[in-house]
Amino acid sequence: MKIIVGVKRVLDYNVKARVKADKSGIELANVKMSMNPFDEIAVEEALRIKEAGNADEVIAVSIGSSQSQETIRTALAMGADRGILIETDELLEPLAIAKLFKHLVEKEEPGLVVLGKQAIDDDANQTGQMLSALTGMSQATFASKVEFDGDHLKVTREVDAGLESIKVAMPAIVTADLRLNEPRYAKLPNIMKAKKKPLEVIAVADTGVDVSSGLSVVEVNEPPKREAGVIVKSVAELVDKLRNEAKVI
Amino acid sequence: MSTLVLVEHEDGEIRPATFSVIAAAAKIGGDVDLLVAGSDASGVAQKAAAIAGVNKVMLADNAAYAHELAENLSALVVKHAGGYSHILFAATAAGKNVMPRVAALLDVSGISDIIEVKSEDTFVRPIYAGNALATVKSSDAVKVVGVRTTAFDAVAEEGGSASVETVDAGDISDKVSFVGQELSQSDRPELTSADIVVSGGRGMQSGENFSMLDDIAGKLNAAVGASRAAVDAGFVPNEYQVGQTGKVVAPDLYLAVGISGAIQHLAGMKDSKVIVAINKDEEAPIFQVADYGLVADLFDALPELSAALDS
Repeated sequence: MKIIVGVKRVLDYNVKARVKADKSGIELANVKMSMNPFDEIAVEEALRIKEAGNADEVIAVSIGSSQSQETIRTALAMGADRGILIETDELLEPLAIAKLFKHLVEKEEPGLVVLGKQAIDDDANQTGQMLSALTGMSQATFASKVEFDGDHLKVTREVDAGLESIKVAMPAIVTADLRLNEPRYAKLPNIMKAKKKPLEVIAVADTGVDVSSGLSVVEVNEPPKREAGVIVKSVAELVDKLRNEAKVI
Repeated sequence: MSTLVLVEHEDGEIRPATFSVIAAAAKIGGDVDLLVAGSDASGVAQKAAAIAGVNKVMLADNAAYAHELAENLSALVVKHAGGYSHILFAATAAGKNVMPRVAALLDVSGISDIIEVKSEDTFVRPIYAGNALATVKSSDAVKVVGVRTTAFDAVAEEGGSASVETVDAGDISDKVSFVGQELSQSDRPELTSADIVVSGGRGMQSGENFSMLDDIAGKLNAAVGASRAAVDAGFVPNEYQVGQTGKVVAPDLYLAVGISGAIQHLAGMKDSKVIVAINKDEEAPIFQVADYGLVADLFDALPELSAALDS
Protein backbone atom coordinates (compact mmCIF):
# COMPACT_ATOMS: atom_id res chain seq x y z
CA MET A 1 0.00 0.00 0.00
CA LYS A 2 1.13 3.51 -0.80
CA ILE A 3 0.59 6.47 1.47
CA ILE A 4 0.37 10.01 0.12
CA VAL A 5 1.20 12.67 2.66
CA GLY A 6 0.54 16.35 1.99
CA VAL A 7 3.03 18.99 3.13
CA LYS A 8 2.58 22.76 2.89
CA ARG A 9 5.25 25.44 3.10
CA VAL A 10 4.02 28.16 5.44
CA LEU A 11 5.31 31.08 7.50
CA ASP A 12 7.13 29.56 10.48
CA TYR A 13 4.83 29.24 13.47
CA ASN A 14 7.12 31.33 15.67
CA VAL A 15 7.08 34.32 13.32
CA LYS A 16 4.45 37.00 13.85
CA ALA A 17 2.62 37.64 10.58
CA ARG A 18 2.85 41.22 9.30
CA VAL A 19 0.26 42.63 6.94
CA LYS A 20 1.66 44.22 3.75
CA ALA A 21 1.30 47.99 3.49
CA ASP A 22 -0.90 47.67 0.40
CA LYS A 23 -3.23 45.28 2.29
CA SER A 24 -2.88 42.63 -0.40
CA GLY A 25 -1.69 39.93 1.96
CA ILE A 26 1.01 38.95 4.44
CA GLU A 27 4.67 39.89 4.06
CA LEU A 28 6.44 36.67 3.06
CA ALA A 29 9.68 38.07 1.57
CA ASN A 30 12.75 37.37 3.70
CA VAL A 31 10.86 35.67 6.53
CA LYS A 32 11.43 32.17 7.81
CA MET A 33 9.24 29.54 6.17
CA SER A 34 8.79 25.98 7.45
CA MET A 35 6.67 22.90 7.03
CA ASN A 36 3.16 23.40 8.42
CA PRO A 37 3.31 21.82 11.94
CA PHE A 38 0.26 19.62 11.34
CA ASP A 39 1.92 18.26 8.19
CA GLU A 40 5.02 17.25 10.17
CA ILE A 41 2.68 15.19 12.31
CA ALA A 42 1.09 13.73 9.17
CA VAL A 43 4.53 12.75 7.79
CA GLU A 44 5.50 11.17 11.10
CA GLU A 45 2.29 9.13 11.18
CA ALA A 46 2.79 7.94 7.60
CA LEU A 47 6.34 6.86 8.47
CA ARG A 48 5.20 5.02 11.59
CA ILE A 49 2.55 3.17 9.56
CA LYS A 50 5.22 2.13 7.07
CA GLU A 51 7.64 1.12 9.83
CA ALA A 52 4.90 -1.01 11.40
CA GLY A 53 4.66 -2.90 8.11
CA ASN A 54 1.29 -1.53 7.06
CA ALA A 55 2.58 0.40 4.04
CA ASP A 56 5.30 0.01 1.40
CA GLU A 57 5.89 3.54 0.23
CA VAL A 58 5.39 7.08 1.51
CA ILE A 59 5.03 9.82 -1.10
CA ALA A 60 5.36 13.41 0.08
CA VAL A 61 3.34 15.85 -2.01
CA SER A 62 3.35 19.63 -1.96
CA ILE A 63 1.47 22.13 -4.09
CA GLY A 64 3.03 25.56 -4.36
CA SER A 65 6.01 27.54 -5.59
CA SER A 66 9.32 25.91 -6.56
CA GLN A 67 10.58 26.68 -3.04
CA SER A 68 8.14 24.06 -1.75
CA GLN A 69 10.78 21.56 -2.93
CA GLU A 70 12.60 22.38 0.34
CA THR A 71 9.53 21.31 2.28
CA ILE A 72 9.36 18.05 0.33
CA ARG A 73 13.10 17.50 0.98
CA THR A 74 12.38 17.90 4.69
CA ALA A 75 9.76 15.15 4.46
CA LEU A 76 12.23 12.99 2.50
CA ALA A 77 14.86 13.58 5.19
CA MET A 78 12.36 12.45 7.82
CA GLY A 79 11.97 9.22 5.84
CA ALA A 80 9.50 9.63 2.98
CA ASP A 81 10.50 7.65 -0.13
CA ARG A 82 9.85 10.11 -2.93
CA GLY A 83 8.33 13.50 -3.55
CA ILE A 84 5.96 15.16 -5.98
CA LEU A 85 5.64 18.92 -6.37
CA ILE A 86 2.72 20.35 -8.28
CA GLU A 87 4.19 23.71 -9.09
CA THR A 88 2.24 26.96 -9.12
CA ASP A 89 2.99 30.51 -8.07
CA GLU A 90 -0.67 31.19 -7.33
CA LEU A 91 -2.07 30.89 -3.82
CA LEU A 92 -4.72 28.24 -4.36
CA GLU A 93 -7.91 27.75 -2.37
CA PRO A 94 -8.45 24.38 -0.60
CA LEU A 95 -10.93 23.33 -3.32
CA ALA A 96 -8.24 23.62 -6.03
CA ILE A 97 -5.71 21.87 -3.78
CA ALA A 98 -8.20 19.05 -3.17
CA LYS A 99 -8.78 18.68 -6.92
CA LEU A 100 -5.01 18.48 -7.54
CA PHE A 101 -4.67 15.85 -4.80
CA LYS A 102 -7.52 13.94 -6.43
CA HIS A 103 -5.55 13.97 -9.68
CA LEU A 104 -2.61 12.36 -7.85
CA VAL A 105 -4.86 9.90 -6.02
CA GLU A 106 -6.16 8.66 -9.36
CA LYS A 107 -2.60 8.33 -10.66
CA GLU A 108 -0.94 6.76 -7.62
CA GLU A 109 -3.92 4.90 -6.08
CA PRO A 110 -2.79 5.19 -2.45
CA GLY A 111 -4.48 3.21 0.31
CA LEU A 112 -4.19 6.17 2.61
CA VAL A 113 -3.79 9.94 2.34
CA VAL A 114 -2.57 11.71 5.46
CA LEU A 115 -2.88 15.48 5.71
CA GLY A 116 -2.65 18.02 8.51
CA LYS A 117 -6.01 19.11 9.89
CA GLN A 118 -5.30 22.72 8.94
CA ALA A 119 -2.56 24.99 7.65
CA ILE A 120 -1.50 27.67 10.12
CA ASP A 121 -1.54 30.37 7.43
CA ASP A 122 -5.04 30.24 5.91
CA ASP A 123 -6.49 28.35 8.93
CA ALA A 124 -9.08 26.87 6.56
CA ASN A 125 -9.33 23.28 7.82
CA GLN A 126 -10.93 22.14 4.55
CA THR A 127 -8.60 20.23 2.20
CA GLY A 128 -8.91 16.73 3.69
CA GLN A 129 -12.69 16.88 3.90
CA MET A 130 -12.92 18.18 0.32
CA LEU A 131 -10.62 15.47 -0.99
CA SER A 132 -12.79 12.86 0.69
CA ALA A 133 -15.94 14.32 -0.84
CA LEU A 134 -14.35 14.45 -4.31
CA THR A 135 -12.78 10.98 -4.29
CA GLY A 136 -15.29 9.02 -2.22
CA MET A 137 -12.42 7.88 0.03
CA SER A 138 -13.38 7.65 3.72
CA GLN A 139 -12.87 10.66 5.95
CA ALA A 140 -11.32 10.64 9.42
CA THR A 141 -10.52 14.17 10.55
CA PHE A 142 -8.77 15.60 13.64
CA ALA A 143 -7.17 12.24 14.37
CA SER A 144 -5.31 11.65 17.63
CA LYS A 145 -4.91 7.88 17.14
CA VAL A 146 -4.94 5.63 14.08
CA GLU A 147 -5.19 1.84 14.36
CA PHE A 148 -5.36 -0.75 11.59
CA ASP A 149 -8.18 -3.28 11.68
CA GLY A 150 -8.02 -5.44 8.54
CA ASP A 151 -9.24 -3.37 5.62
CA HIS A 152 -10.57 -0.74 8.03
CA LEU A 153 -9.03 1.95 10.17
CA LYS A 154 -10.16 2.75 13.68
CA VAL A 155 -9.53 6.43 14.25
CA THR A 156 -9.84 8.33 17.52
CA ARG A 157 -10.91 11.90 16.79
CA GLU A 158 -10.69 15.06 18.85
CA VAL A 159 -14.17 16.57 19.08
CA ASP A 160 -15.47 19.50 21.14
CA ALA A 161 -16.62 17.44 24.11
CA GLY A 162 -13.73 14.98 24.25
CA LEU A 163 -12.78 12.07 22.02
CA GLU A 164 -14.77 9.85 19.71
CA SER A 165 -13.75 6.86 17.66
CA ILE A 166 -15.00 5.86 14.26
CA LYS A 167 -14.23 2.97 11.94
CA VAL A 168 -13.70 3.77 8.27
CA ALA A 169 -13.17 1.56 5.23
CA MET A 170 -9.93 1.88 3.29
CA PRO A 171 -8.86 3.69 1.19
CA ALA A 172 -9.11 6.57 3.61
CA ILE A 173 -8.09 10.15 4.25
CA VAL A 174 -6.84 11.01 7.71
CA THR A 175 -6.23 14.57 8.90
CA ALA A 176 -3.80 14.83 11.80
CA ASP A 177 -4.43 16.68 15.04
CA LEU A 178 -1.63 17.87 17.32
CA ARG A 179 -1.69 14.94 19.68
CA LEU A 180 -1.41 12.21 17.05
CA ASN A 181 2.34 11.89 17.58
CA GLU A 182 5.65 13.66 18.24
CA PRO A 183 7.41 14.23 14.89
CA ARG A 184 11.04 13.10 14.63
CA TYR A 185 13.94 15.36 13.71
CA ALA A 186 15.74 14.69 10.45
CA LYS A 187 19.34 13.67 11.14
CA LEU A 188 22.18 15.09 9.05
CA PRO A 189 23.00 11.84 7.14
CA ASN A 190 19.31 11.55 6.28
CA ILE A 191 19.24 15.15 5.06
CA MET A 192 22.17 14.28 2.76
CA LYS A 193 20.43 11.09 1.56
CA ALA A 194 17.20 13.00 0.96
CA LYS A 195 18.95 15.05 -1.72
CA LYS A 196 19.25 11.91 -3.84
CA LYS A 197 15.67 10.77 -3.45
CA PRO A 198 13.41 11.27 -6.50
CA LEU A 199 11.37 14.47 -6.63
CA GLU A 200 9.03 14.86 -9.58
CA VAL A 201 7.86 18.35 -10.52
CA ILE A 202 4.57 18.73 -12.39
CA ALA A 203 3.20 22.03 -13.64
CA VAL A 204 -0.40 22.75 -12.65
CA ALA A 205 -1.23 23.25 -16.34
CA ASP A 206 -0.12 19.66 -17.10
CA THR A 207 -2.59 18.18 -14.62
CA GLY A 208 -5.60 19.40 -16.59
CA VAL A 209 -7.22 20.41 -13.30
CA ASP A 210 -9.33 23.57 -13.24
CA VAL A 211 -7.95 25.62 -10.33
CA SER A 212 -10.09 28.71 -10.80
CA SER A 213 -11.80 29.96 -7.67
CA GLY A 214 -15.00 31.81 -6.92
CA LEU A 215 -13.35 33.31 -3.88
CA SER A 216 -11.14 36.40 -3.97
CA VAL A 217 -9.37 38.35 -1.25
CA VAL A 218 -10.55 41.97 -1.22
CA GLU A 219 -8.05 43.10 1.38
CA VAL A 220 -6.10 41.96 4.40
CA ASN A 221 -6.03 44.13 7.51
CA GLU A 222 -4.40 44.19 10.91
CA PRO A 223 -6.79 43.11 13.65
CA PRO A 224 -7.81 45.84 16.11
CA LYS A 225 -5.09 46.39 18.70
CA ARG A 226 -5.76 45.89 22.39
CA GLU A 227 -4.72 48.76 24.62
CA ALA A 228 -2.00 47.88 27.11
CA GLY A 229 -3.45 47.37 30.57
CA VAL A 230 -2.27 48.03 34.09
CA ILE A 231 -0.14 45.96 36.41
CA VAL A 232 -1.76 45.56 39.81
CA LYS A 233 0.26 45.06 42.96
CA SER A 234 -1.84 42.55 44.86
CA VAL A 235 -4.66 40.05 44.61
CA ALA A 236 -6.83 42.43 46.68
CA GLU A 237 -6.28 45.23 44.18
CA LEU A 238 -7.04 42.84 41.30
CA VAL A 239 -10.34 41.70 42.82
CA ASP A 240 -11.26 45.31 43.58
CA LYS A 241 -10.60 46.36 39.96
CA LEU A 242 -12.59 43.43 38.58
CA ARG A 243 -15.52 44.18 40.89
CA ASN A 244 -15.63 47.96 40.79
CA GLU A 245 -13.83 49.10 37.63
CA ALA A 246 -14.39 46.37 35.04
CA LYS A 247 -17.51 45.08 36.82
CA VAL A 248 -17.05 41.58 35.45
CA ILE A 249 -17.37 39.66 38.73
CA MET B 1 -31.93 34.98 -1.34
CA SER B 2 -32.33 32.38 1.40
CA THR B 3 -30.08 30.64 3.87
CA LEU B 4 -30.00 27.07 5.12
CA VAL B 5 -28.50 26.43 8.57
CA LEU B 6 -27.53 22.96 9.80
CA VAL B 7 -28.73 22.64 13.41
CA GLU B 8 -26.30 21.07 15.89
CA HIS B 9 -27.87 19.27 18.80
CA GLU B 10 -27.20 16.62 21.42
CA ASP B 11 -29.35 14.91 24.03
CA GLY B 12 -32.48 16.57 22.67
CA GLU B 13 -31.11 20.10 23.08
CA ILE B 14 -29.94 22.52 20.40
CA ARG B 15 -26.30 23.45 20.97
CA PRO B 16 -25.68 27.15 21.79
CA ALA B 17 -23.45 27.47 18.69
CA THR B 18 -26.50 27.14 16.42
CA PHE B 19 -28.15 30.28 17.84
CA SER B 20 -25.08 32.29 16.85
CA VAL B 21 -25.07 30.80 13.34
CA ILE B 22 -28.71 31.84 12.92
CA ALA B 23 -27.68 35.36 13.99
CA ALA B 24 -25.08 35.38 11.18
CA ALA B 25 -27.77 34.14 8.77
CA ALA B 26 -30.03 37.01 9.84
CA LYS B 27 -27.22 39.49 9.02
CA ILE B 28 -27.02 38.07 5.49
CA GLY B 29 -30.76 38.69 5.08
CA GLY B 30 -33.53 36.74 3.36
CA ASP B 31 -35.36 33.70 4.68
CA VAL B 32 -33.59 31.47 7.20
CA ASP B 33 -34.45 27.77 7.05
CA LEU B 34 -33.08 25.15 9.41
CA LEU B 35 -32.16 21.53 8.78
CA VAL B 36 -32.37 19.14 11.73
CA ALA B 37 -30.79 15.75 11.18
CA GLY B 38 -30.93 13.18 13.93
CA SER B 39 -32.24 9.98 15.33
CA ASP B 40 -35.59 10.58 17.00
CA ALA B 41 -35.14 14.32 16.59
CA SER B 42 -38.71 15.60 16.30
CA GLY B 43 -38.41 17.25 19.72
CA VAL B 44 -35.33 19.13 18.51
CA ALA B 45 -37.20 20.18 15.36
CA GLN B 46 -40.03 21.61 17.52
CA LYS B 47 -37.48 23.61 19.52
CA ALA B 48 -35.85 24.76 16.29
CA ALA B 49 -39.23 25.95 14.99
CA ALA B 50 -39.63 28.16 18.06
CA ILE B 51 -36.39 30.09 17.44
CA ALA B 52 -36.96 33.77 16.60
CA GLY B 53 -36.69 34.63 12.91
CA VAL B 54 -36.83 31.11 11.48
CA ASN B 55 -38.91 30.58 8.34
CA LYS B 56 -39.03 26.79 8.03
CA VAL B 57 -37.55 23.70 9.66
CA MET B 58 -36.70 20.56 7.72
CA LEU B 59 -36.44 17.38 9.76
CA ALA B 60 -34.56 14.31 8.57
CA ASP B 61 -35.14 11.61 11.15
CA ASN B 62 -32.88 8.63 10.65
CA ALA B 63 -30.73 6.49 12.93
CA ALA B 64 -27.80 7.15 10.58
CA TYR B 65 -27.68 10.77 11.81
CA ALA B 66 -27.16 9.88 15.46
CA HIS B 67 -23.44 10.62 15.53
CA GLU B 68 -22.92 13.49 13.07
CA LEU B 69 -20.94 11.38 10.60
CA ALA B 70 -19.70 13.76 7.91
CA GLU B 71 -20.41 11.48 4.94
CA ASN B 72 -24.09 11.16 5.85
CA LEU B 73 -24.67 14.76 6.93
CA SER B 74 -23.02 16.24 3.84
CA ALA B 75 -25.07 14.05 1.51
CA LEU B 76 -28.24 15.15 3.31
CA VAL B 77 -27.40 18.85 3.17
CA VAL B 78 -26.52 18.67 -0.52
CA LYS B 79 -29.76 16.81 -1.26
CA HIS B 80 -31.79 19.67 0.25
CA ALA B 81 -29.51 22.55 -0.81
CA GLY B 82 -31.45 23.41 -3.95
CA GLY B 83 -32.58 27.02 -4.14
CA TYR B 84 -30.46 28.27 -1.24
CA SER B 85 -27.98 31.09 -1.82
CA HIS B 86 -26.17 30.43 1.47
CA ILE B 87 -25.52 27.33 3.57
CA LEU B 88 -24.17 27.98 7.05
CA PHE B 89 -22.46 25.78 9.61
CA ALA B 90 -21.07 26.46 13.06
CA ALA B 91 -17.27 26.44 13.14
CA THR B 92 -17.34 23.67 15.75
CA ALA B 93 -15.57 20.31 15.43
CA ALA B 94 -18.78 18.87 13.95
CA GLY B 95 -19.37 21.81 11.59
CA LYS B 96 -15.75 21.91 10.39
CA ASN B 97 -15.99 18.23 9.61
CA VAL B 98 -19.01 18.65 7.33
CA MET B 99 -18.83 22.15 5.79
CA PRO B 100 -15.91 21.55 3.38
CA ARG B 101 -17.52 18.34 2.10
CA VAL B 102 -20.70 20.21 1.26
CA ALA B 103 -18.69 22.92 -0.51
CA ALA B 104 -16.70 20.37 -2.54
CA LEU B 105 -19.83 18.40 -3.49
CA LEU B 106 -21.35 21.66 -4.75
CA ASP B 107 -18.03 22.55 -6.44
CA VAL B 108 -17.65 25.87 -4.61
CA SER B 109 -15.02 27.28 -2.24
CA GLY B 110 -15.79 26.91 1.45
CA ILE B 111 -15.40 30.01 3.60
CA SER B 112 -14.10 29.05 7.06
CA ASP B 113 -14.71 30.71 10.37
CA ILE B 114 -16.24 34.06 9.40
CA ILE B 115 -16.34 36.76 12.09
CA GLU B 116 -18.27 39.41 10.14
CA VAL B 117 -20.85 39.63 7.37
CA LYS B 118 -20.04 42.67 5.20
CA SER B 119 -22.70 41.90 2.61
CA GLU B 120 -24.38 38.85 1.11
CA ASP B 121 -21.17 37.91 -0.73
CA THR B 122 -18.42 39.51 1.36
CA PHE B 123 -17.17 38.20 4.67
CA VAL B 124 -14.29 38.78 7.10
CA ARG B 125 -12.27 35.89 8.50
CA PRO B 126 -9.12 35.68 10.59
CA ILE B 127 -5.98 34.14 9.08
CA TYR B 128 -2.49 33.49 10.48
CA ALA B 129 -3.76 32.66 13.98
CA GLY B 130 -5.80 35.84 14.10
CA ASN B 131 -2.84 38.09 13.29
CA ALA B 132 -4.61 39.32 10.17
CA LEU B 133 -8.19 39.69 9.02
CA ALA B 134 -8.98 38.82 5.41
CA THR B 135 -12.00 40.29 3.69
CA VAL B 136 -13.10 37.76 1.07
CA LYS B 137 -15.67 38.04 -1.70
CA SER B 138 -17.40 35.04 -3.21
CA SER B 139 -18.83 34.92 -6.71
CA ASP B 140 -19.97 31.30 -6.27
CA ALA B 141 -23.68 30.61 -6.81
CA VAL B 142 -23.92 29.15 -3.31
CA LYS B 143 -21.91 30.47 -0.40
CA VAL B 144 -20.91 27.64 1.91
CA VAL B 145 -19.77 29.19 5.15
CA GLY B 146 -18.48 28.25 8.61
CA VAL B 147 -19.38 30.76 11.34
CA ARG B 148 -17.18 31.60 14.31
CA THR B 149 -19.88 31.53 16.94
CA THR B 150 -18.19 33.86 19.44
CA ALA B 151 -18.40 36.66 16.85
CA PHE B 152 -22.21 36.69 16.64
CA ASP B 153 -24.68 37.25 19.49
CA ALA B 154 -27.10 34.36 19.81
CA VAL B 155 -30.67 34.88 18.60
CA ALA B 156 -33.59 34.34 21.00
CA GLU B 157 -34.52 30.71 21.53
CA GLU B 158 -38.22 31.59 21.60
CA GLY B 159 -40.57 33.84 19.70
CA GLY B 160 -40.71 32.09 16.35
CA SER B 161 -43.40 29.82 14.96
CA ALA B 162 -41.93 28.13 11.92
CA SER B 163 -43.44 25.08 10.28
CA VAL B 164 -41.74 21.69 10.53
CA GLU B 165 -41.57 19.59 7.41
CA THR B 166 -40.24 16.04 7.30
CA VAL B 167 -37.73 15.45 4.52
CA ASP B 168 -36.08 12.35 3.08
CA ALA B 169 -32.69 11.16 4.22
CA GLY B 170 -29.74 11.51 1.86
CA ASP B 171 -27.46 8.66 0.84
CA ILE B 172 -26.20 6.74 3.85
CA SER B 173 -22.55 5.62 3.69
CA ASP B 174 -21.63 2.06 4.60
CA LYS B 175 -17.93 2.98 4.73
CA VAL B 176 -18.02 4.67 8.11
CA SER B 177 -19.43 3.72 11.48
CA PHE B 178 -19.40 5.21 14.95
CA VAL B 179 -17.52 3.14 17.53
CA GLY B 180 -17.69 5.09 20.78
CA GLN B 181 -16.88 8.24 22.63
CA GLU B 182 -15.13 9.42 25.75
CA LEU B 183 -16.60 12.69 26.88
CA SER B 184 -15.19 14.56 29.83
CA GLN B 185 -17.72 15.17 32.56
CA SER B 186 -17.94 18.62 34.02
CA ASP B 187 -20.45 20.60 36.10
CA ARG B 188 -18.91 23.82 34.79
CA PRO B 189 -20.49 25.89 32.02
CA GLU B 190 -19.50 25.04 28.45
CA LEU B 191 -16.15 26.62 27.53
CA THR B 192 -17.16 28.42 24.33
CA SER B 193 -20.31 29.99 25.81
CA ALA B 194 -19.20 30.75 29.40
CA ASP B 195 -19.21 34.38 30.61
CA ILE B 196 -16.02 33.82 32.55
CA VAL B 197 -13.13 31.50 31.65
CA VAL B 198 -10.29 30.57 33.99
CA SER B 199 -7.36 29.03 32.11
CA GLY B 200 -4.14 27.40 33.21
CA GLY B 201 -0.89 26.86 31.36
CA ARG B 202 2.38 25.06 31.80
CA GLY B 203 2.97 27.11 34.96
CA MET B 204 0.33 25.00 36.72
CA GLN B 205 3.00 22.24 36.81
CA SER B 206 0.57 19.34 37.20
CA GLY B 207 -2.98 18.18 36.58
CA GLU B 208 -3.66 18.05 40.33
CA ASN B 209 -2.95 21.77 40.62
CA PHE B 210 -5.83 22.48 38.23
CA SER B 211 -8.10 21.85 41.24
CA MET B 212 -7.09 25.37 42.36
CA LEU B 213 -8.56 26.70 39.12
CA ASP B 214 -11.66 24.50 39.53
CA ASP B 215 -12.16 26.04 42.95
CA ILE B 216 -11.98 29.59 41.60
CA ALA B 217 -14.11 28.69 38.58
CA GLY B 218 -16.74 27.30 40.95
CA LYS B 219 -16.89 30.60 42.82
CA LEU B 220 -17.20 32.60 39.58
CA ASN B 221 -19.47 30.13 37.74
CA ALA B 222 -16.70 30.02 35.15
CA ALA B 223 -15.51 27.41 32.68
CA VAL B 224 -11.96 26.05 32.93
CA GLY B 225 -9.65 26.21 29.92
CA ALA B 226 -6.02 25.50 29.23
CA SER B 227 -3.16 26.38 26.93
CA ARG B 228 -1.78 23.88 24.45
CA ALA B 229 1.29 23.46 26.67
CA ALA B 230 -0.90 22.31 29.56
CA VAL B 231 -2.79 19.89 27.33
CA ASP B 232 0.36 18.50 25.71
CA ALA B 233 1.88 18.01 29.16
CA GLY B 234 -1.16 15.87 30.01
CA PHE B 235 -2.43 18.15 32.81
CA VAL B 236 -5.95 18.28 31.31
CA PRO B 237 -7.77 16.67 28.35
CA ASN B 238 -7.60 18.27 24.91
CA GLU B 239 -11.16 19.64 24.98
CA TYR B 240 -9.91 22.25 27.47
CA GLN B 241 -7.56 23.74 24.89
CA VAL B 242 -8.08 27.38 23.98
CA GLY B 243 -6.22 28.57 20.89
CA GLN B 244 -5.81 28.56 17.13
CA THR B 245 -6.14 24.79 17.04
CA GLY B 246 -8.43 24.41 20.05
CA LYS B 247 -11.50 26.37 21.01
CA VAL B 248 -12.05 30.06 20.43
CA VAL B 249 -13.59 31.88 23.37
CA ALA B 250 -14.65 35.50 23.87
CA PRO B 251 -15.99 35.71 27.45
CA ASP B 252 -16.53 38.86 29.54
CA LEU B 253 -13.56 37.87 31.69
CA TYR B 254 -10.62 35.64 30.74
CA LEU B 255 -8.23 34.81 33.57
CA ALA B 256 -4.92 33.40 32.27
CA VAL B 257 -2.88 31.72 34.98
CA GLY B 258 0.67 30.52 34.30
CA ILE B 259 0.19 31.06 30.56
CA SER B 260 3.00 32.81 28.66
CA GLY B 261 0.76 33.95 25.81
CA ALA B 262 2.07 32.24 22.65
CA ILE B 263 0.57 33.35 19.30
CA GLN B 264 -1.40 30.11 19.09
CA HIS B 265 -3.03 30.72 22.49
CA LEU B 266 -3.79 34.41 21.90
CA ALA B 267 -5.64 33.43 18.72
CA GLY B 268 -8.21 31.69 20.87
CA MET B 269 -8.91 34.33 23.52
CA LYS B 270 -7.84 37.82 22.50
CA ASP B 271 -11.38 38.95 21.76
CA SER B 272 -12.32 38.50 25.42
CA LYS B 273 -13.74 41.68 26.95
CA VAL B 274 -11.41 41.80 29.95
CA ILE B 275 -8.19 39.78 30.12
CA VAL B 276 -6.39 39.17 33.40
CA ALA B 277 -2.95 37.57 33.55
CA ILE B 278 -1.26 36.07 36.58
CA ASN B 279 2.33 35.12 35.79
CA LYS B 280 5.60 35.31 37.66
CA ASP B 281 7.51 36.30 34.50
CA GLU B 282 6.90 39.99 33.94
CA GLU B 283 8.27 39.65 30.38
CA ALA B 284 5.58 37.11 29.40
CA PRO B 285 3.80 38.23 26.19
CA ILE B 286 0.41 37.67 27.85
CA PHE B 287 0.93 40.99 29.71
CA GLN B 288 0.86 42.84 26.37
CA VAL B 289 -2.80 41.94 25.89
CA ALA B 290 -3.91 41.80 29.54
CA ASP B 291 -6.12 44.58 30.91
CA TYR B 292 -4.97 43.67 34.41
CA GLY B 293 -1.72 41.94 35.11
CA LEU B 294 -0.42 40.55 38.37
CA VAL B 295 3.23 39.56 38.51
CA ALA B 296 3.19 36.86 41.17
CA ASP B 297 3.72 33.18 41.82
CA LEU B 298 0.40 31.54 41.00
CA PHE B 299 0.78 29.19 43.97
CA ASP B 300 0.61 32.24 46.25
CA ALA B 301 -1.91 34.21 44.19
CA LEU B 302 -4.55 31.54 43.58
CA PRO B 303 -5.26 30.72 47.25
CA GLU B 304 -5.39 34.45 47.98
CA LEU B 305 -7.75 34.99 45.07
CA SER B 306 -9.95 32.14 46.25
CA ALA B 307 -10.15 33.66 49.72
CA ALA B 308 -10.80 37.15 48.33
CA LEU B 309 -13.73 35.86 46.27
CA ASP B 310 -15.36 34.53 49.47
CA SER B 311 -15.38 37.93 51.10
